[in-house]
Amino acid sequence: MTTTTPETTEIATGPIHGLYTEGDPVADTKAPDVPIAKMWDQRKFDAKLVNPSNRRKLSVIIVGTGLAGASAAATLGEAGYHVKSFCYQDSPRRAHSIAAQGGINAAKNYNDDGDSVYRLFYDTVKGGDYRSRETNVYRLAEESANIIDQCVAQGVPFAREYGGLLDNRSFGGVQVARTFYAAGQTGQQLLIGAYQAMERQVGAGTVEQFTRHEMLEVIVVEGRARGIIARDMVTGEIETHLADAVVLASGGYGNVFYLSTNAMGCNTTAIWRAHRKGAYFGNPCYTQIHPTCIPVAGDYQSKLTLMSESLRNDGRIWVPKRREDCDKDPREIPEEDRDYYLERIYPSFGNLVPRDIASRQAKYVCDEGRGVGPLVGDFRRGVYLDFSEALSRMSKEAVAEKYGNLFDMYQRITGESPYEVPMRIYPAVHYTMGGLWVDYDLETTIPGLYAAGEANFSDHGANRLGASSLMQCLADGYFVLPNTIRDYLANGPFPKVSEDAPEVVEARAAVEDRITRLLNVQGERSVDSFHKELGQIMWEYCGMERTEEGLLKAIDLIRALREEYWRNVRVLGSADTLNQSLEKAGRVADFLELGELMCIDALHRRESCGGHFRAESQTEDGEALRHDDEFAYVAAWEFAGEGAKPVLHKEDLVYKAIELKQRSYK
Amino acid sequence: MNLTLKIWRQAGPKAKGEMVTYQVTDISPDMSFLEMLDVLNEDLNAKGEEPIAFDSDCREGICGMCGLMISGKAHGPEVTTTCQLHMRSFHDGDEITIEPWRADAFPVIKDLVVDRSAFDRLIQAGGFISVNTGAAPEAHSVPVPKPRADRAFDAAKCIGCGACVAACPNASAMLFLGAKVTHLGEFPQGQPERSARVVKMLTQHDLEGFGGCTNIGECTNACPKEIQQDVINQLNIDLRHALQQMT
Ligand SMILES: Cc1cc2nc3c(=O)[nH]c(=O)nc-3n(C[C@H](O)[C@H](O)[C@H](O)COP(=O)(O)OP(=O)(O)OC[C@H]3O[C@@H](n4cnc5c(N)ncnc54)[C@H](O)[C@@H]3O)c2cc1C
Ligand code: SF4
Ligand code: FES
Repeated sequence: MTTTTPETTEIATGPIHGLYTEGDPVADTKAPDVPIAKMWDQRKFDAKLVNPSNRRKLSVIIVGTGLAGASAAATLGEAGYHVKSFCYQDSPRRAHSIAAQGGINAAKNYNDDGDSVYRLFYDTVKGGDYRSRETNVYRLAEESANIIDQCVAQGVPFAREYGGLLDNRSFGGVQVARTFYAAGQTGQQLLIGAYQAMERQVGAGTVEQFTRHEMLEVIVVEGRARGIIARDMVTGEIETHLADAVVLASGGYGNVFYLSTNAMGCNTTAIWRAHRKGAYFGNPCYTQIHPTCIPVAGDYQSKLTLMSESLRNDGRIWVPKRREDCDKDPREIPEEDRDYYLERIYPSFGNLVPRDIASRQAKYVCDEGRGVGPLVGDFRRGVYLDFSEALSRMSKEAVAEKYGNLFDMYQRITGESPYEVPMRIYPAVHYTMGGLWVDYDLETTIPGLYAAGEANFSDHGANRLGASSLMQCLADGYFVLPNTIRDYLANGPFPKVSEDAPEVVEARAAVEDRITRLLNVQGERSVDSFHKELGQIMWEYCGMERTEEGLLKAIDLIRALREEYWRNVRVLGSADTLNQSLEKAGRVADFLELGELMCIDALHRRESCGGHFRAESQTEDGEALRHDDEFAYVAAWEFAGEGAKPVLHKEDLVYKAIELKQRSYK
Repeated sequence: MNLTLKIWRQAGPKAKGEMVTYQVTDISPDMSFLEMLDVLNEDLNAKGEEPIAFDSDCREGICGMCGLMISGKAHGPEVTTTCQLHMRSFHDGDEITIEPWRADAFPVIKDLVVDRSAFDRLIQAGGFISVNTGAAPEAHSVPVPKPRADRAFDAAKCIGCGACVAACPNASAMLFLGAKVTHLGEFPQGQPERSARVVKMLTQHDLEGFGGCTNIGECTNACPKEIQQDVINQLNIDLRHALQQMT
């Protein structure tokens, strides 16, 4: 195995290029010191109880109503706590969890194919390329089966077999069938279940729901999270909400790339504001790029749509061998002029190589000028996913039965029928493994501030396996948080905070000041134009392949763009009505800060792991090459102040139950 | 292509609204309808005019956030959501009118944005199965015949967009309600609360100011998820049953 090794000497002697400083290591202090299989039971036992009659007096704010937030709100409401739930959409049911297609994993072993808690745990750690924390992942696998029971009891219409029992499929390259699904709409059905459970508590008066409310600041009083500042997006009013604890379940930040499979409103504001108030940010650079999305069609493109990965089971991926053929009708390109590049490079896995490899190879062939589809800028960014062979092998009906609704969706968006012309696909940003650093209790470094779901960094290491985010969100919300947060709440109610406490006034003033500043710039460029430019920088230099040189360049570009933003952005309208430009402006301002931290994190991690691919660190066959001796840690970043260098705290990853190995797809 | 757009502008909930005409040029047939509005908004912003407010989030037809009356049709000429409608469904020179959902129960907030919180309150009234976290039995302890599970799923596909209400001359929410009642009513787990559910949800429906159902069927035609009218029949059957139990 040869590598173009990074200059590790510099790492040994200190921070790279003076972009950050290093602080004390962090530790997860809450995982009990017992064997991993007993740990969660022990933690639940150790966690203090709250007398039912006291729970009403204890309040919890939950930002986010996706799978993580809605399930936590429902469960804490049922337990009798006073919950305040926030989301930016007009209904909790619209959180982006709704868009998840494929399914949810659980170690039920209904097929008796050798699945177990340990195997799910093992697959998840391996899939994360050994960059996740063992203790949290083990608990996730343990709770997975309970999730399915809970959802079935709520009436989630999972796919069933004729005998009336639940159907499973295998997903994401694992060898057991442990994925539960509801057609291609699993996220929708799970979210409706959690939403209904939460609405039941709204009806019962334990949960108060604030829709079209955007959280813009965390309130920290005497070192504890005590509330949030939110903007009522309809009236523009800036509101103060106080509580005994705060949970952020605000989803992922993939929209820092502008184009992603996320919803238009997905943002980093909630967690970024918390980060600025003292919560460490874990592994910000870990991003998952999904290989099968519908390519960009033009400059007006507002988002990208995922096509299920299952298409790779029967479709063959190719590009023309010659650049001159790229604008030809693909049906007229003879076999010998086609390059089935995945089959060529990976003869044993072929079109079924893991997500990161498939994505990277698509980028390479397009960089060579062999991409297909419309020219966007100077490049064609697309590869063919061809079903003609499957259609002649299987019959049109059989193909329609398996992929019909995906083909329809594709046709609706592109106007082309995959039954007649090969589909075009291209990778797109899909998921962010990074997020707020949390301990075993899902508590951030600010006491009383918790993070759940995609918003935390906890379970997926450097790469997430298919169907395991939904599992994590629901494990966090239904089963983990309600148990750990009670240990914290048992010490409350905490001293009442007054609305004119200096910390509250300061937080509120900060929010109002930012809004005024954004409206007062009155520059030349729209918010979207800045967001698009940031996205291009991130995609180019902090996307599928990252290099020392590219990342350094990106940091300069982002700094310059951020400087221009506050001088030249144009936000029209006023602060006291619905103002969508203003909403976007606040989010993009935060993305402009996060983007820089992502690049610094990617720069400092001079190894490749999972979705983080450093060109300088690869094996001979172009696979990610880790450096466990130097990088087997979580990078937890501390905000050190405006303009100051971020501080890196390392949490060493200790593997006791699983042996560290190099991933291989030979 | 070049198009003439007549768009409803309304500064706030209490403001008087009006139709305003805009021209857009050079629209690609591959754009989605909302991307076409994005382009117009960028244009307005550049000219110093406040962009048009409209709702959307997932832009892939599943969250139910988008929804416009397009030349008199909820979600426009195709059976899909507004965000999944593409400009190839239109022709050069077309004039398109764009309005918000119109229904008493969905008041306008601004421009094309309406308040659909009434739907949440319908669910709060009874659109759930009461089971606390942790109290669930093993999932395989209750088999569900596949045809019933499939019917439940078909009804559960509703995205809560409100097109059915907007399309109905009575502004009735019976399709939305019927879909929920059918979804939960197909499961053994949904039986204990079945009668109470339909009564409570219907009571709330009327309180919110939705109209009654006179079997016109516009709701189904407008529904992007093709929820069938038989869910309304199911609702009526459940209601009759519930009333019999009560007397
Ligand atoms: C197209 C697609 C398909 C996917 N398919 C799968 C799959 O098959 N299986 C799988 O396991 N995973 C899948 N994933 C990943 C998975 O869906 C997400 O990671 C997961 O649903 C995130 O849930 P969440 O609860 O953390 O956040 P979300 O569901 O994103 O919810 C975020 C919530 O936070 C609120 N919010 C955000 N910011 C603020 C703010 N500042 N103020 C107030 N509220 C705020 C939002 O309103 C929303 O309610 C998919 C993702 C995508 C995009
Ligand atoms: S029934 Fe159809 S039209 Fe009505 S809210 Fe549901 S999805 Fe929308
Ligand atoms: S924006 Fe989500 S359905 Fe249209």
